[in-house]
Amino acid sequence: MVRIADMDLKLRLFMRGYPWRRLDETAPAHRVKDLAACRVALVSSAGLVAPGQEPYDSKIKGGDWSWRSIPGDIDVRSLTEHHRSDSWDHKGIEADRNMGMPLDRLRELAAAGVIGDVAPRHISVMGSVTAPGRFIRKTVPEIVEALTADGVDIALMVPV
Amino acid sequence: MCPQTVGLVQGALEQAGVTTTGVTCVAEVSEIVGVPRALDVPWPLGFTMGEPNNPELQRAVLMQALALTDRDDIPVLESFEFSGPG
Repeated sequence: MVRIADMDLKLRLFMRGYPWRRLDETAPAHRVKDLAACRVALVSSAGLVAPGQEPYDSKIKGGDWSWRSIPGDIDVRSLTEHHRSDSWDHKGIEADRNMGMPLDRLRELAAAGVIGDVAPRHISVMGSVTAPGRFIRKTVPEIVEALTADGVDIALMVPV
Repeated sequence: MCPQTVGLVQGALEQAGVTTTGVTCVAEVSEIVGVPRALDVPWPLGFTMGEPNNPELQRAVLMQALALTDRDDIPVLESFEFSGPG
């Protein structure tokens, strides 16, 4: 775990002063199926982009709030990373894209029967969205629509 | 920042009936945002899944995050424990 108290001064001041959003208290969606029957999708905030897709734009004030649909059968090595933040070490994802979008691991869990199957598409966002208004109004509903249309039972978040 | 960004997605998915879980490197932020389920991992920012090219460790992270969907006592914030190949 990374503690805010251990971060460098600039990041610590930001983290302490930032008006963090808080989720509404709503009834959680409990899993009703056996895990071995569940379709699982990944939601990565590592700023990964598939071949042919627009890279994330690091110049957008408040952060690029757009999202990318990552095909479930993609070779993860073909993903490129466009996360604008320098507050985390990019070397891990550079060496192994599964560090940001662990699709190979999810396929192995499906093959082993731990989960039912791998969703047909996965979600990529660029997590450094300090002004999340447009992200909340536009991107989040689109992601929800995509994953519910795909019959996803469990969405697994992989932030960086 | 990232735990908030995925947390916002997580909250909306739960409202739409999709069960969510996840991994977090900054448990304090996940707690403030109020995500329903998160696995707190002991690695630096950028290493959410543990180590590059370590499939056993990465699988163990995913399996422990998925196991949180068994729990009814929301919110769940559990620490990762590696107990061998997953």
